[in-house]
Amino acid sequence: MTKLSMTVNGKPVSGNVEGRTLLVDFLRQDLHLTGTHVGCDTSQCGACTVHVNGVAVKSCTMLAAEADGADVATIEGQANADGSLNVIQQAFQDHHGLQCGFCTPGMVMATADLLKNNPTPNEADVRHHLDGNICRCTGYHNIVKAVLAASGQDVDAVAAE
Amino acid sequence: MPKDSGIGASPKRREDIRFLTGLGQYTDDISLTGETHAVFARSQVANGIIKSIDTSAAENMPGVLAVFTGDDFVDVGGNPAGWLINSRDGEPMKEPKRPVLAHGKVRHVGDAYAAVIAETAEQARDAAEAIEADIDEQPAVVDMKSALAGGALVHDEIGTNQCFDWGWIEDNRAATDAAIKSAPHVTTLELVNNRLVPNAMEPRASTGVFDPGTGDYTLYTTSQNPHLTRLLICAFVLGIPENKLRVVAPDVGGGFGSKIYHYGEEALVLSAAKKLGRPVRWTASRSESFLTDAHGRDHVTKIEIACEKDGTFLAFRTETMANVGAYLSNFSTATPTFLHGTLMAGNYTVPTLYVNVKAVFTNTAPVDAYRGAGRPEATYSLERAIDKCAQELGMDPLALRRKNFIKPDQFPYAAAAGLEYDTGNYHALVDKLEELADLSGFEARRAATKATGKLRGIGVNTYIEACGIAPSNLVGVLGSRVGLYDAATVRVNATGNISVMVGAHSHGQGHETAFPQVVADMLGIDEGSIDIVHGDTSKIPFGMGTYGSRSLAVCGSAVVRATEKIINKAKKIAAHMMEASEQDVEFSEGQFSIAGTDKSVGFGDVALKAYIPHNFPIEDIEPGLEETAFYDPANFTYPAGAYACEVEVDPDTGKVTIDRFTAVDDFGNVINPMIVTGQVHGGLAQGIGQALLENCTYDENGQILSASFMDYAMPRASDLPLYTVDHSCQTPCTHNPLGVKGCGEAGAIGSPPAVVNAVINALHSGGHTDVTHIDMPVSPARVWAAMNS
Amino acid sequence: MYDFSFVKPGTVADAVTALASEDAQALGGGQTLIPTMKQRLASPAKLVSLTGIADMQGVSQSGGVLSIGGATTHAAVSAQAGGFAGLAALAGGIGDPAVRNRGTIGGSLANNDPAACYPSAALATGATIVTNTREIAADDFFQGLFETALDEGEIITAVHMPIPEASNYQKFEQPASRFALVGVFVAKYASGVRVAVTGASEGGVFRWSEAEAALGANFSPDAVSGLSVAPGDMIEDLHGSKAYRAHLVKVMTSRAVAAAG
Repeated sequence: MTKLSMTVNGKPVSGNVEGRTLLVDFLRQDLHLTGTHVGCDTSQCGACTVHVNGVAVKSCTMLAAEADGADVATIEGQANADGSLNVIQQAFQDHHGLQCGFCTPGMVMATADLLKNNPTPNEADVRHHLDGNICRCTGYHNIVKAVLAASGQDVDAVAAE
Repeated sequence: MPKDSGIGASPKRREDIRFLTGLGQYTDDISLTGETHAVFARSQVANGIIKSIDTSAAENMPGVLAVFTGDDFVDVGGNPAGWLINSRDGEPMKEPKRPVLAHGKVRHVGDAYAAVIAETAEQARDAAEAIEADIDEQPAVVDMKSALAGGALVHDEIGTNQCFDWGWIEDNRAATDAAIKSAPHVTTLELVNNRLVPNAMEPRASTGVFDPGTGDYTLYTTSQNPHLTRLLICAFVLGIPENKLRVVAPDVGGGFGSKIYHYGEEALVLSAAKKLGRPVRWTASRSESFLTDAHGRDHVTKIEIACEKDGTFLAFRTETMANVGAYLSNFSTATPTFLHGTLMAGNYTVPTLYVNVKAVFTNTAPVDAYRGAGRPEATYSLERAIDKCAQELGMDPLALRRKNFIKPDQFPYAAAAGLEYDTGNYHALVDKLEELADLSGFEARRAATKATGKLRGIGVNTYIEACGIAPSNLVGVLGSRVGLYDAATVRVNATGNISVMVGAHSHGQGHETAFPQVVADMLGIDEGSIDIVHGDTSKIPFGMGTYGSRSLAVCGSAVVRATEKIINKAKKIAAHMMEASEQDVEFSEGQFSIAGTDKSVGFGDVALKAYIPHNFPIEDIEPGLEETAFYDPANFTYPAGAYACEVEVDPDTGKVTIDRFTAVDDFGNVINPMIVTGQVHGGLAQGIGQALLENCTYDENGQILSASFMDYAMPRASDLPLYTVDHSCQTPCTHNPLGVKGCGEAGAIGSPPAVVNAVINALHSGGHTDVTHIDMPVSPARVWAAMNS
Repeated sequence: MYDFSFVKPGTVADAVTALASEDAQALGGGQTLIPTMKQRLASPAKLVSLTGIADMQGVSQSGGVLSIGGATTHAAVSAQAGGFAGLAALAGGIGDPAVRNRGTIGGSLANNDPAACYPSAALATGATIVTNTREIAADDFFQGLFETALDEGEIITAVHMPIPEASNYQKFEQPASRFALVGVFVAKYASGVRVAVTGASEGGVFRWSEAEAALGANFSPDAVSGLSVAPGDMIEDLHGSKAYRAHLVKVMTSRAVAAAG
């Protein structure tokens, strides 16, 4: 067993877990933060995306022990302090960038990661950045719109109909 | 009504709040006190005789509470086939038993033959590995043609690998054969409709609970239709009385058909929960999903189109082998027959046609309905062959279609495949497509692409589909063992807000937002005061669930009927409150009034009165304001569309890039345009995925070669373009109160032929006119091979 | 996964000591090892993380050689290897952003996946793979599918790559995995041209010597038009035939030359 402690969404947490405990399992089972999802077993779908020390990682492909001492951000910590949706979350709702919602936490976290490093991405940048996030419902069109909108760019030119 | 609410508006979705903040409750998110974990031992061979299973080592491992094998379920029913198909000779189809756990034989890689329940999932997995199964591997039956020719059997007791040999319409066969024989021109095309894995992003999960104090079972499960799941488990498999089983489908992360069906894991967790007196949970890994979720499509078809030299269609004839896999999944016999053969007339006035389908058992995962369910297969065969026919005749592909379209004044139209289409205007769809897709500008775009060294192609097609599934009487006659109605209860609460309990289930379709739009429109009250309840059999009336693009067409109609009953009763109450006669009561914008007077009462006042019935005519009206309606549709609904796809092909690598995609659809009336557009986007992505990327392949030993996202190419954002989508050409459905036709599957139905037509067109423009067809997925390797053969 | 103990040493020496025990395995970014362990195809009793070793982090450049610490992530190389644009672009195309934030060059080279990108860069630059005990030339390092010259417990501490005058990496992606179906790294030096191919061969990454000679004489895209790679050794699978891969080697080489800057 490994003792570990980390900050999750600004709060200090600790645990005593088996070495084989994945970060996603620690979040979901030990901390009951079930917003981070498991969608595959080959580290490709991105439904498990969280931020560790400020960068996006796939929490299904990281041991909880590797995050010892780290600053972890999950979907549950993204809303504003007053509980309202943050800019990215609001953009996804405004532009119907989600349907079943299962890939959505990963999409939001990946988008936050993108906009931190590239505040005004173009469509190709957005699609390329989401290479590691699979959605089966939306066909990505509205996700691209949502990300562009979240960056403050004009999406009216991004026509749907 | 204000523009941001009611029918035709696109209010933001309420369900987004929890999905965007990580507060969704999917089945694996739910944890229960004392829960245990199930892991299944699954066959690693495609066809094998189970000689013995030794579970003794597993039973003694740390944390293990129980081990089950097929022996534990011999007295329990099998997972039933939901639709009886008779062969052409009158013989009923073969229906071998599909047990909860494999017994006697394993019949596909992934077929579960044992289950371990332990305190933790890892302990269960450790123990599952310790189960010693002596399985005598047999030659695998994989290729359909070989399966029909004889040799190894998937189910020894039925003596054949042919499930049925179906003809439609048998009475037309002679006329069709004759028409083809004498036709001035016949186009023939052989094509494969590739096997797909639905791959909803949420893997399947089930948790079984048993309360020994009450004898009640609860099943939390990833289902598109909790009542149907309950019926199947209770009436056919475990024999639990329905009033002792509650099925809850909480938030579900996509289904696309794969979560319609009852699966053995559901029965197992319930049985295990009863035995242990503790909750038993199971969640599939993605690998397990690949092996065991019902796959889609997998047809091999030969189609013939007979026509005059001027392109007038004379007859269509198709022969199909349809893979049903190792066991019959619940709808697997309906998908290649009554959801496929009946669409073979397309949008056309062809006078006669004949469809033959042989359904084949193989040692592969069961195959069943997947987004489109039979209609993509029909559309693909027809629309690829029509393109080939156009090339052979030297005709423009759209002109050939227009020439044969059913005209707007011919509706209702009895098509040659037996369905009566209620309304449509295919000419208008194509006109709109020409405009939106700027078809006339294509040649200039082709020249511009050519200058970059690539080949540009354009593919067009139309489609019609039959959804809003389905009229019970009709499907009963055709062999369905269930009805296909739906239900809604509208419960007005004392303080005027409303709960609507619906049999439909939302796993991405936005029902929590769209259904209130309908009720708000009818009652003239604030949409925000209406809440939808779905997914829990203890709360909702018996509806058949969500698939087949039926939620609004069928359940939505039930909601309308129930709301009409509410209005009728409310009018009676209002009349009493205003001391007037019921006939004089008018209702508008949430107010009941008497014409020519200033008397009025609001809907809220009526609601309160209904629940506090003082000075109330209880001889004439019951207290309360809650009504239920069950709605059985009179017919299928018939959305139709016209699609155009433009591709660029890199001749050096064969890679196909979709440069633009235009989808013009007629869905009849549209309740929430934003949601409808989103449904089309998602369908297009799956259709393009089928056409270019996805393929579930088995080797000759029945091993899946594409059993993870490493080898099964899921469409990513960078594989797809922005889409142009239009649904302004509306011919409302004539037989349901909303006039809606349903939109959930159209994108996946109409898009594959457009893509493949475009690739062939591109190759032809580069001089490769000898290439008449490439089978899906049209991968870079296949394109390059076609160009260099 | 089977259970294991986890340690995260801060120095190479401590890592070497930890790896000396039976059934201990080095863990870089985990983007390959963790999925493998989840499938229960690997079961080390101890995992020794290398990502806590400061001496193994970082990108630096001196005397025309780019040096990368063995535990440096692909994202860091992509952002910091500006002096060697062809390599920075390669690193920026591995996997996806989240994978790039964890995956390391040392892990990639030590694993030697036949479709990985870094082996082609290492081979094309004639890199020196520095371990805790010795230096190994790239030409001697890659020994076949998932096979390298590393001994049990030997750690890649750094990779030194001579910076070419011009270079480019062209990857034709396998559409499902996004690994290289065929990936070609072309590196032009004053002393000649090196061409390394990944994704294509059953033997793993290899140098295409005929192309190297032709490009050394004439560094232009059509210098390889008369050449071909023998299909016999190429991989044949769901995603492409031997003949197709052989063809792509030529196409990607030509495109890499055209794009080399």
